[in-house]
Amino acid sequence: MNLKGSIKVNSLNFYYGAHHALKNISIIVEPGQIVAMIGPSGCGKSTLLRLFNRMNDLIPSSRVEGEILIDGVNIYDKNMDVVSLRRRVGMVFQKSTPFPKSIYDNIAYGLKIVGIKDRRILAETVERSLKRAALWDEVKDHLGKSAMSLSGGQQQRLCIARAIAVSPEIILMDEPCSALDPIATARIEELMGTLKDEYTIVIVTHNMQQAARVSDKTAFLMHGQIIEFTKTTDFFTKPSNKITEDYITGRFG
Amino acid sequence: MLRENITELKHLLIQDAGLVEDMISRSMRGLLEKNPDMLYEVVKHQEPRVNAYDRSIDEMCVQTIAQFEPVAKDLRLVVMIIKMNKDLERMADHAVNISESGLYLIANPFLGSYDDLRFMGDNTVSMLKDAINAFVNEDVKLAQAICDRDNIVDEAGDKILKNLTEVMRAKKDIVPRALALMRIAHNLERIADLSTNISEEVVYIVEGRDIKHHKSERHE
Repeated sequence: MNLKGSIKVNSLNFYYGAHHALKNISIIVEPGQIVAMIGPSGCGKSTLLRLFNRMNDLIPSSRVEGEILIDGVNIYDKNMDVVSLRRRVGMVFQKSTPFPKSIYDNIAYGLKIVGIKDRRILAETVERSLKRAALWDEVKDHLGKSAMSLSGGQQQRLCIARAIAVSPEIILMDEPCSALDPIATARIEELMGTLKDEYTIVIVTHNMQQAARVSDKTAFLMHGQIIEFTKTTDFFTKPSNKITEDYITGRFG
Repeated sequence: MLRENITELKHLLIQDAGLVEDMISRSMRGLLEKNPDMLYEVVKHQEPRVNAYDRSIDEMCVQTIAQFEPVAKDLRLVVMIIKMNKDLERMADHAVNISESGLYLIANPFLGSYDDLRFMGDNTVSMLKDAINAFVNEDVKLAQAICDRDNIVDEAGDKILKNLTEVMRAKKDIVPRALALMRIAHNLERIADLSTNISEEVVYIVEGRDIKHHKSERHE
């Protein structure tokens, strides 16, 4: 049992210049959990997700206060190695982002970067990752083909395989299914269910039913604050906060 | 859109409940006032109307879930309306049973007193009335109080059963009539149980708390 991949957010505040985008966030994500973050556009959910692997570092005049501990270590410590952090905390985006390379090279790329050159290990890892992402059967006979020739759903699973290849502990997903049809969406959701044995997954989604289907816990954010963070089964049947209730039943937003 | 659907669903259920309540009072009054027409009304006209409500409420619930994927309180409400609809449909069947036994007893009068049965009937009807009020006003206190009143009806039923057992021991030829009376008491008891179910369902709609099968949790 992999017990790595815990996230602990302590009194986190985040600013874009003068804009206070995240306000006093404190949550705990246990290893092996799927946590969904929902909320109206601009509520800060994607911002929070991106802070988990320091994707916001490059935004000028942005500022972080408080701490985010991954497996007990504050990732905003001065001597944190951001490259190795991003290997441990992978990310899958809304728009699939395959490299304009072959299917094989898309997966092998990250491994080569970390210095793995042994062809046998590369081939094994590519196969294992594609199998884990439930894509192997569809692509095994044309691994040399361009990744751009895959369908949207396949490209998204390729991106998941690419993230898995470097053995992360946490996978962040930002609206991974928003551009996919219902069947491709169902495949990704099914895949998430099998991945959570090994990885912690945090997903941002606008699709509430998706959050209800895939996650163990759901966080609802509004105006940069966590309004409610609770077991998903309770969240969608008996939310304890009136604002949550109003949002998920469509009374505003 | 979902709001309108839910309002419409509530209206249908309240109309259905009013009809069922009328069936139960009418089946008791028909017997006590020896008025077979009232009992025929229950069996021949009212029961088919409840069946029609049953079908349209079910269909509308399924449609609402399919179209709007309700969550939170909306979801609890739609799912509980499905259950309440079933509860009401069962109650209507019980009212029909009471009416049929009533018709038998009008033709073959039981010479003893109907006081206990009247008491049981009054309590059963008032439980349903209050259960509907609790639903309309989302009144959890009232709903919980109804659950406690189930005992009163049960005890009255036990008393009737005990008395009739004595009567049957003493006079064999009265057995068919006593059995008709017992059947009425039994059906009233079942109606009271179903009112209790509706009350539990009201608590679940309002608070998301499941108080079924746990008497101690009713007053948390």
